[in-house]
Amino acid sequence: MIPRFWRKIKYRYDLNGSYCENCGNYFYPPRNLCPICRRKSKIREVQIDGEGKVLSYTVVHEGKNLKKPYIVALIELKNGVKIVSQLVCDPKDVSIGMKVRRAFRKYGEDGEEGIIYYGTKFVPA
Amino acid sequence: MRRVAIIGIGCSRFGELWNMSFRDIVMEAGIEALEDANLEGKEIEALYIGNMSGGKYIGQEHIAALIADYAGLAEFHIPATRVEAADASGSLALRQAYMAVASGIHDVVIAAGAEKVTDVGDAMTILSSSADQEWENFVGANLPALYALIARLHMEEYGTKEEDMALVSVKNHRNAVHNPKAQFRREISLEDVMKSQYVAEPLKLLDCAPVSDGAAAVVLASEEIARKITDTPVYIDACCQASDYLAIHSRKSVLTMGAVVKAARDAYRLARVEPKDIQVAEVHDSFTIAEILAYEDLGFAEKGKGGELIREGVTEIGGKIPVNTSGGLKACGHAVGATGVRQAVEIVAQLRGEAGKRQVDAEKGLTLNIGGTGATAVVTIFGR
Amino acid sequence: MIGIVSYGTYIPRFRIKVEEIARIWGEDAETIKNGLGILEKSVPDIDEDTATIAVEASREAVERAGIDPQEIGAVFVGSESHPYAVKPTSTIVGEALDIGNEFFTADLEFACKAGTAAIQICYAMVKSGMIKYGLAIGADTSQARPGDALEYAAAAGGAAFIVGKDPIAEIEATYSFTSDTPDFWRRDLQPYPSHGGRFTGVPAYFRHVISAAKGLMEKYGYTPNDFDFAVFHQPNAKFPLRAAKMLGIDRSKVQQGLVVRVIGNTYSGSSLIGLAAVFDVARPGDRILLVSFGSGAGSDAFAIRVTDKIEEIERNPQVWDKISEGVYVDYGLYLKYRRKIRV
Repeated sequence: MIPRFWRKIKYRYDLNGSYCENCGNYFYPPRNLCPICRRKSKIREVQIDGEGKVLSYTVVHEGKNLKKPYIVALIELKNGVKIVSQLVCDPKDVSIGMKVRRAFRKYGEDGEEGIIYYGTKFVPA
Repeated sequence: MRRVAIIGIGCSRFGELWNMSFRDIVMEAGIEALEDANLEGKEIEALYIGNMSGGKYIGQEHIAALIADYAGLAEFHIPATRVEAADASGSLALRQAYMAVASGIHDVVIAAGAEKVTDVGDAMTILSSSADQEWENFVGANLPALYALIARLHMEEYGTKEEDMALVSVKNHRNAVHNPKAQFRREISLEDVMKSQYVAEPLKLLDCAPVSDGAAAVVLASEEIARKITDTPVYIDACCQASDYLAIHSRKSVLTMGAVVKAARDAYRLARVEPKDIQVAEVHDSFTIAEILAYEDLGFAEKGKGGELIREGVTEIGGKIPVNTSGGLKACGHAVGATGVRQAVEIVAQLRGEAGKRQVDAEKGLTLNIGGTGATAVVTIFGR
Repeated sequence: MIGIVSYGTYIPRFRIKVEEIARIWGEDAETIKNGLGILEKSVPDIDEDTATIAVEASREAVERAGIDPQEIGAVFVGSESHPYAVKPTSTIVGEALDIGNEFFTADLEFACKAGTAAIQICYAMVKSGMIKYGLAIGADTSQARPGDALEYAAAAGGAAFIVGKDPIAEIEATYSFTSDTPDFWRRDLQPYPSHGGRFTGVPAYFRHVISAAKGLMEKYGYTPNDFDFAVFHQPNAKFPLRAAKMLGIDRSKVQQGLVVRVIGNTYSGSSLIGLAAVFDVARPGDRILLVSFGSGAGSDAFAIRVTDKIEEIERNPQVWDKISEGVYVDYGLYLKYRRKIRV
């Protein structure tokens, strides 16, 4: 798991995604190829702004996570980018349309001896 | 391209089959299918098997060769192929088998699906690997959570209620009472579903299909051979497959499964029918919301009106378009790679008039098998 | 002119009241509140640790400064609760802030004064021309043995400071006083620290804080009246006020930075969050005396003069505003979040 997590550290710690200079579309998570332009893609790395709004959410009771229950949300960021991420707040305070912003949090660890997985979650803005 | 018929069907019981190994389960389904087809076994020219993850569930890869071996076909050295598209693996096997016969390459082929999930503790976690491991599972968005996101949005956009989804579960349990192969054969009430604990809100325990052990098999033959062997061939009018973005956040709309729409459209066109011509259907109710979405994406209802259909009883046995007469994934059980083939077994039984107390009057049937959250979809249309 | 170019803070939003802890251990809350001057303390969420706190505080500092993070040439995170015993927190901060690969770094530990030591190191690197900007962070999610007196104070939080030229506050002078004093320590592999009880007062905290403050003033020619604000390390609300009195500084100058009353002792973040609270309201020309204390033991003293530039940056949300947004937890949840429940 280590190399697999390490390769994506930059893209998890912040919203580092892709921008296709050919068609002007933004993608997160990052892509090697633009699905619209395929071999005509001109992909470069871009930092996506961390402000967004909640399109949908669920309070998950069964699942592997540090917190139980935890909230998973479908969030719309700028430039049409959508992301599925965790939302850190009281379940009774979540609503569709609420404004959120990105935060740096722990996602898990490989046991007490293993490495720690950090990443981007969202909090109420 | 020649017409292909199903001449034999077989199915194991679905459920927690503690006493049966993977090999045992597949044999049960395969033997039943061959007996039903009245074949000795040496006629089989190729084997296609759908299995999502022999590796993760039982530590075994090279599944197809294993099955051919234990089916007693090793002496004939037939080509044996395993195909995988998460829980659409079964329909993939069916389609590969169909193409092999339709193209003329083989005359008699067996398509099977099988999964043994109870040898490990976390069957749902393994099933969740059908979602995007890096960007969905990593953040805790497992399969129930992803379908829950879809359900919540469907409720928000179209006014669908938790009760509507619950009614799907109630219907399917009621249907399964008459299905001797089903995992759950007792009725449940709307209240039972609404009171069951939340798995990922708004989906509750009784909104989610179990992950089960099970196997199913069908024998396919060219029309010419079929007519010699059986009085009740059921033809595959179309078998179409489509793919979509793996992660739901990549799709334009989370409320439409683009792969289902495409596969259905292709299938209707090839079979020269319209949605209203379908008289019985088995759809992929891994979660109750998925059945409601299926009504819409298959064209049985307009987008957003899926909830109305179940509320009005249109998809009950006795309704205009009975759906999941077998009990569906929810009540019959979801044996992952086996499901697609089990769906075919039910439709063929219906079209032959062999569905016992679940029988409906139908000449055209349809199966919809989905992988994960919809990145693979297979729509098959059957006719007498 | 070299000094603080920008600052940021992060305080977790959960709180536990002194009453709640006292309830479990059968102690009298009023006595404790009067003795320590602490009402409640901050509690980190289960998915927070020193690294996440350091990143959040640093991101605020960088955004406020409006600088390109790639221009940061050094990162030092001071803490006594680094997530790894071996593998620096600063590399995680560097990656999360997109600082690039070209920066000097190592982690620091000196009990509660590791953050101010980080500021001194960054200051020296900027002054010598080695780097353009340095990022100094003090952050902790300190653990206290359940039932120990420290449990009422040990809290979580952090502050980050960007050190460079053209500052919003100039570091006019800095002075450190250090000795080998075992007042509070934690042996390797032990989960909780140990301490010398009353020994932590006069021979430890007061000796070093007063010596550092006096040393700074004597060496650089300051008098107590030269300072408009005084921020001391805050293990409780009493020690800073007593230190101010001993130095002849009016207690009113200590109030703005005295965050310990409502968030507890954030260890490496303690004096630094206090400093940030002062920056929130300071005016050009104000001079601040900052004296940290780290057990083991040592104190870093600074004379910091606010410049005109402080009015050019966005200082909201202010530290005291952030502090007011708390969500209370009970002792059971507190144990769970602090991972004191081993299974």
